[in-house]
Amino acid sequence: MFRKPNPTSGVPIYVQVMEQIKHLIETGALAPGEQLPSVRGLAETLVMNPNTVIKVYRELETEGVLEIRHGLGAFVTSRRRSPKKDGIRDAQQLVHDMVEALRKEGLDEGQIRRLVEAELAAEFQRR
Amino acid sequence: MVTTIIEAIELRKSYGTHEAVKGIDFWVAEGSICAFLGQNGAGKSSTIKMLLGMTHPSGGSGAIFGHRIDRESDSLLIRQKTAFVAEDKRLYDYMTVEEIIHFTRSFFPTWDSAFERELLQRFDLPRKRKIRQLSKGMRTKLALLLGFARGSHLLILDEPTEGLDPVAIEDVLQIVVSLAAQGRTIFFSSHQIAEVEQIADRVLMINRGEIVLDASMDEVKQEYRHIQAVFPEPVEARDFQLPGIESLQLNGRVASLAVSHNLASITEHVRVMRANSIDVLPLSLKEIFLEKVKARP
Repeated sequence: MFRKPNPTSGVPIYVQVMEQIKHLIETGALAPGEQLPSVRGLAETLVMNPNTVIKVYRELETEGVLEIRHGLGAFVTSRRRSPKKDGIRDAQQLVHDMVEALRKEGLDEGQIRRLVEAELAAEFQRR
Repeated sequence: MVTTIIEAIELRKSYGTHEAVKGIDFWVAEGSICAFLGQNGAGKSSTIKMLLGMTHPSGGSGAIFGHRIDRESDSLLIRQKTAFVAEDKRLYDYMTVEEIIHFTRSFFPTWDSAFERELLQRFDLPRKRKIRQLSKGMRTKLALLLGFARGSHLLILDEPTEGLDPVAIEDVLQIVVSLAAQGRTIFFSSHQIAEVEQIADRVLMINRGEIVLDASMDEVKQEYRHIQAVFPEPVEARDFQLPGIESLQLNGRVASLAVSHNLASITEHVRVMRANSIDVLPLSLKEIFLEKVKARP
């Protein structure tokens, strides 16, 4: 499942492995709550420095991607909330509420659309 | 807390009028894989020999596990606790593989017999064959086996993968990584820069008896850059006197810089000089090595 990092690339090995683990989680190859290999295990599999593996796990813990349970190992955080996904969901709700409110005011679809488009044009011209 | 395993303070070695090691300082932390790089004759072997008490320093001092390297009684303790695999991989030619393992094992109470059997199998060594009849690669593997199985907390390996095929090299690197994961400290010299980049967390570079680089591998990857800038008019060397510029190559309107730190100020400086284009590229450890070695006349 894990690929060996490219040591001659300009990207530090710990960054390469961090990105790999995030990708494995995003694609579902590593499920929430799932345990990652031990430091020694991953160091041996990828033939990389064990201190670098420790650094990867610590950084991912700081980012909330992994949870380190002392004496047990590193686990994929079980309730992973993607801030981006949540942000979009909240925005969707806002737009829904707004459209609903304008309809109650008696505006039709065309009027609402033109209002939104005009506002968008003005907003992004100002920038 | 970080424990220091190897420490060198102002360590010097002269042979007659020739100063092979010119007062170097460094330390190696427990559990680290520290690579020791340098050209032939740069002072690597002299340094290693001093650390192991095989030759007396001309000046300065050092310690391994807190034992002084310049004291006869201490250096005996150092050699008991440190597994050393020499560059020449010298072994008793008249013995068989099995005999030399048995012979070596008898000296070391910490010998790891299970690991010895694992390594014998992994390295695919013929037990009954005389050392005289082994290929160069097999001799190297055998010498490494004798070092790895000692159960030492510190391993000093001089060119451990020299003469091995790629499969055996990967095996050796994996063993080194595994030992470090168990808290062992590894100090190794190598000319194979790619393998250093792969497994080391610290790099020590020596050139003409002086330390020219002492940094963590991540620092090296994050801070060393190659900048190529094209200017509207020809530029001169005096335009590039900034801290962090390790080397400079000028070719009319084109400047190539090797940068070790201070990247932001240097690119800003180049921008202020009205460069038409600025390319910032990573520098590999090999390129850094070549820069460091040729930069000092």
